[in-house]
Amino acid sequence: MNPVFGPDPWWIVLIKVVVLLVLLLVWTIFNVWFERRVVGKMQHRKGPIMNGPLGLGQAVGDGAKLLLKEDFRPAKTDKVVFNLAPVLTGVAAFTSWSVIPFGGEVTMFGHKTYLQLTDLPVGVLFIIAIASIGIYGIVLAGWASNSTYSLLGGIRSTAQMISYEVSMGLALVAVFMFSGSMSTHEIVESQARSLQVFGFDTGLPGWYALLLFPSFVIFAISMVGETNRAPFDLPECESELVSGYLTEYSGFRYALFFLSEYINMATVSAVATTLFLGGYHAPWPLNMIGFLDTGWFGIIWFMLKVQLLIFGFVWLRGTLPRFRYDQFMDLGWKWLIPISLVWIMMVAVVRTGQQEGWFSNTLFYGLLAGVLLLTLAFLFWGSNAEPEPIDDDPDAEFDAFAGGYPVPPMPGQRLPEMAAVLHSDGDVDSADEGADS
Amino acid sequence: MTLVPMITAGAVAFWVCAPLMVLGALGMVLLRKPVHSAISLALVMVCLAVQYAALNAPFLFVVQIIVYTGAIMMLFLFVLMLVGVDSADSIVETIQHHRVPAILAALGFGMLLVFGVGNAVVDGEVVGLDAATASAGGNVQAIAELLFTRWVFAFEATAALLITAAVGAMVLAHGERLHSKIGQREAAELRMRRFSESGEHPGPLPSSGVFARHNAIHTPALLPDGSVAPQSVSRTLAERGALYEAGELKVPTRATFKAIQAVKDDIDEGGQL
Repeated sequence: MNPVFGPDPWWIVLIKVVVLLVLLLVWTIFNVWFERRVVGKMQHRKGPIMNGPLGLGQAVGDGAKLLLKEDFRPAKTDKVVFNLAPVLTGVAAFTSWSVIPFGGEVTMFGHKTYLQLTDLPVGVLFIIAIASIGIYGIVLAGWASNSTYSLLGGIRSTAQMISYEVSMGLALVAVFMFSGSMSTHEIVESQARSLQVFGFDTGLPGWYALLLFPSFVIFAISMVGETNRAPFDLPECESELVSGYLTEYSGFRYALFFLSEYINMATVSAVATTLFLGGYHAPWPLNMIGFLDTGWFGIIWFMLKVQLLIFGFVWLRGTLPRFRYDQFMDLGWKWLIPISLVWIMMVAVVRTGQQEGWFSNTLFYGLLAGVLLLTLAFLFWGSNAEPEPIDDDPDAEFDAFAGGYPVPPMPGQRLPEMAAVLHSDGDVDSADEGADS
Repeated sequence: MTLVPMITAGAVAFWVCAPLMVLGALGMVLLRKPVHSAISLALVMVCLAVQYAALNAPFLFVVQIIVYTGAIMMLFLFVLMLVGVDSADSIVETIQHHRVPAILAALGFGMLLVFGVGNAVVDGEVVGLDAATASAGGNVQAIAELLFTRWVFAFEATAALLITAAVGAMVLAHGERLHSKIGQREAAELRMRRFSESGEHPGPLPSSGVFARHNAIHTPALLPDGSVAPQSVSRTLAERGALYEAGELKVPTRATFKAIQAVKDDIDEGGQL
């Protein structure tokens, strides 16, 4: 028997679904405001401050404007697919949250239940699967709009999603190997054990961001690529593609895409929190205080961690320029994927070693020391490469037409026109005095 | 608490998804636009995944979506999208004489399927999914155990086959580069060399004209002497004859100048306003 609603009674499931829906909508409105205020601070301006307390009303107003605007569908677009695309993306954005754990076990109206809609044995893979359906919306929107910019945005999105989902999946493998599970709840619980360093209990929770730092970095990079956020927002990059796949969308259908972009940002942040940052458990040193790490407090820690990661997203957007498309693909295929593969092999070897008891063997440490010594020796004496001779001679006379076309002076050289100019310190430069100031 | 004891999630999923799957499969074959066919196929795949989930196969459910819908269909779509939204697929057979072998292959595959499933149902001892996976400790673990012990050779052989196909495609599509790749630095040097040799402007092209009434991409920019800056508009638009007439742009200015001149002439003649 496979009951439809799992072990919870149906009304608890209903409460969870409604709360999740409302929470995501309100959180998105908050995040729009949050992003505009934070980016404003980073760019020495204030952002929205006029409407409502702290300008919070601005995001609500913007949302209402999007819903009330004329929803316009250009001629010669594919009607069915054009309407289907934003719905697909929107539905997928909400669905992933059904397996995200907000907290541990709590008592809700006399029923013991988990602060999580449902828990699958393959929860993390489920989130990836749903994300890949969400990308369909973007790709189909690009095609259905019957516009070159949209199509290019859609095609970019396809390639981007396939490449970055690979590195994202590889980053997850190490976590699965350490936790021995793919369920989000069990991965969070497996991080609650405190770190033991040589038998000494540090009290630090065993977050995979510490234990599997390379995986965390790779996941963090690919999650930005997966959500089409700056500096990887190539599918909608306005300097090349107007708005990419969004170009022909307006009104409510545009609002759905906008909403899902912000929900997806929160989704990947929530996945990163769950897999690498201890999920709903309190951070050190608060995890030592027993009651702060139980029940309803989980929601606070979880949402704080997610908001911190969203701040990271905003920070990236405020700091980095957009990648060039070929550089972006190079980063994915030539760096992230090979590094992940090597790292997973290393993690697998260490895990096998722990299980087979290699680390209690003195021969193993002897071999390890030998390999280390050989590597050091190679680093010191192994490289024969001569340093490249520097052909830029700063003392050479300045040739304004080196190579046949006008060039600026090298550092230390001086333009011939400036040779006899009187400087503020009183001395007159002449061409034969050389460059020294 | 059960509302209707006989209805399980599996039955619900079957009666919701199976008709959708049949519709999707028909649409895949019958629809005229290739992208619509691809979407229908994706629908079939997702519904199939839901069936797996309802039949207590969670791993198969997510892998079906990630691998088939997420990666393989996406690649198909990638190619199909380049066909464009206005074109329907052509009904000319590009591969000649494939019907008989195709029907034979379909028959063979169908028989294989029937005999395989039939053999398992009739001959095999049916113990149920839970009993079959109990020894491994779960659905995912049971699949992993089978895949990496009993079927490891078949698994690796399939992987090798796929990689061979991918490498083969790359070899077939590979072309030797005739020139070395022009990077950002080389492009800048090339621009400067052209400037020094032929005086070609090294900066960006002039943008299209911005006037009170027109700033579209087909509006040419005017030079100080009133002539059209030819590089300010796309050559394709010029060849199509889609450009805005430069003379028309100058009409309001001319009219204004004429009016000013008329007033000036009046003053010169009459000596007062």
